[in-house]
Amino acid sequence: MKHNMIQTEKLIFEYEKRDEEGNVIGTSRAIDEVDLGIEEGQFIAILGHNGSGKSTLAKHMNAILVPTGGTMWVDGRNTKDPQELWNVRQSAGMVFQNPDNQIIGTVVEEDVGFGPENLGVPTDEIWKRVEDSLKSVGMIEYRHHSPNKLSGGQKQRVAIAGVIAMEPKCIVLDEPTAMLDPDGRKEVLRTVRELRHRKHVTVILITHYMEEVIYADRIFVMDHGHIVMQGTPREIFSQVDTLKSYRLDVPQVTMLADELRKRGLDIPAGILKKEELVEALCRLN
Amino acid sequence: MSIKLEHVNYIYSPGTAYEKKALSDICLEIPHGEFVGIIGHTGSGKSTLTQHLNGLIRATSGEVFYNGENIYAEGYDMRKLRSQVGLVFQYPEHQLFEVDVLTDVCFGPKNQGLTPEECEKRATEALRLVGLKEKYWKSSPFELSGGQKRRAAIAGVLAMRPGVLVLDEPTAGLDPKGRDEILDQIAYLHRQSDMTVILVSHSMEDIAKYADRIIVMNKGKILYNDTPKQVFSHYQELEKIGLAAPQVTYIMHDIREAGFDVGVTATTVEEAADEIMEAVKKRRGSV
Repeated sequence: MKHNMIQTEKLIFEYEKRDEEGNVIGTSRAIDEVDLGIEEGQFIAILGHNGSGKSTLAKHMNAILVPTGGTMWVDGRNTKDPQELWNVRQSAGMVFQNPDNQIIGTVVEEDVGFGPENLGVPTDEIWKRVEDSLKSVGMIEYRHHSPNKLSGGQKQRVAIAGVIAMEPKCIVLDEPTAMLDPDGRKEVLRTVRELRHRKHVTVILITHYMEEVIYADRIFVMDHGHIVMQGTPREIFSQVDTLKSYRLDVPQVTMLADELRKRGLDIPAGILKKEELVEALCRLN
Repeated sequence: MSIKLEHVNYIYSPGTAYEKKALSDICLEIPHGEFVGIIGHTGSGKSTLTQHLNGLIRATSGEVFYNGENIYAEGYDMRKLRSQVGLVFQYPEHQLFEVDVLTDVCFGPKNQGLTPEECEKRATEALRLVGLKEKYWKSSPFELSGGQKRRAAIAGVLAMRPGVLVLDEPTAGLDPKGRDEILDQIAYLHRQSDMTVILVSHSMEDIAKYADRIIVMNKGKILYNDTPKQVFSHYQELEKIGLAAPQVTYIMHDIREAGFDVGVTATTVEEAADEIMEAVKKRRGSV
């Protein structure tokens, strides 16, 4: 049987609340008995409002956090097993929101080589990986540049290359576009979408931008530490009012289609692309 | 009550290898009470521009006037200017530091030399304005959620009762509802208090929805300075400089190309829906 890339069983994560003297005064559950399976090679999006638990869940995927209850397996490895820690981290790479916090090298190619070097990869192989990963994010012509002269989108692509160079089976991106301008967002998204085709990795994208997830295979929506919705983008975005009740939104074209339907036009639910809306309008009598 | 910039130039690290012209001959007037949006890709000069408005950065050459007074004139009260032009930086919640929310919001007025009673009065007023519930006022700012922290930080600036509120990406990192709540609150404040609001954002949809006028920055220069409809009608030029129009603008263009008689200037979902309904009616009428 093919095992899932990410698998959880009744996953719980509790924070301890402490008073000023450091005494525990209670616990708060960020993740509450989540059961989740993500197949290898899928492009998954996780949505949820601030504080819904999505980043906490993401941090479990490479064992930055370990469950306080239940279990998480990454590529079949239990993240609670200290012996597996480095294997888990190598299986699942993370990309965070702020590119400036993730870049350490003074030259782009050095930065990308940092990860594999730490894994003890032989030098020849490091250079091969650096070249290959910079190519796959479209940044090879910047290999000798200084990272601090790059735009936000370019920095974020270098950060992604740094993760790819470690050859993880799975990449978790926690709001990678939150600090970028429209062009930067487009660049990063294109890179993310191409990754799974070129590198056959599982991609898990956490975002607050609804337009970014319409190409996902599957979307999970989180609220109060639970997974409250899951399905294809079309299934999820056809439920405009439910999404709004979870403090989320739909892409602008979906919103427009929904508004037109409310005003009496015969337009199907779950429209995700502008071409679909144009087609639906043309079909009206 | 207005802000006026005349031929402002700003050069970073002049005379060194890192010399970079960040602003180039900026001439601009923002009348009192306007809601202005500023857009531009990363590095286009938006933040440098906003930091000139309260004297945080001094222009290499050119003049800045606040209410007709030259802020670079000798003896000009810069301190007063900074409390008049309130700047909310990106991720302002990183600047929260006090033991509780109320004390944190009191920090600005306290530095204006007001009495403790007056400080608290202004702080509670500001917290109400941003819609932060009273039950949180005695909490540590670090116990709040992302959206609440951001409100507390904005309240800290509002407590100084500025005539101009400058917000640099106030919604970055917030969930969609949080984004709408903060911007709706700011729009409400703007209507209530005739405060000038200057909003820097990467979200074309937000800017289109709230701003009366948009300033587009590119390579340290002002490329456009016009109404949202006018600015977004240049969507192809905007794309060339790393920006875009709101998604609806593109949808309207496609619908028009498909043979519907719709205008293409809609920049919000409501406007677009109105246009489409009108066009569909016309089409049905003519069959």
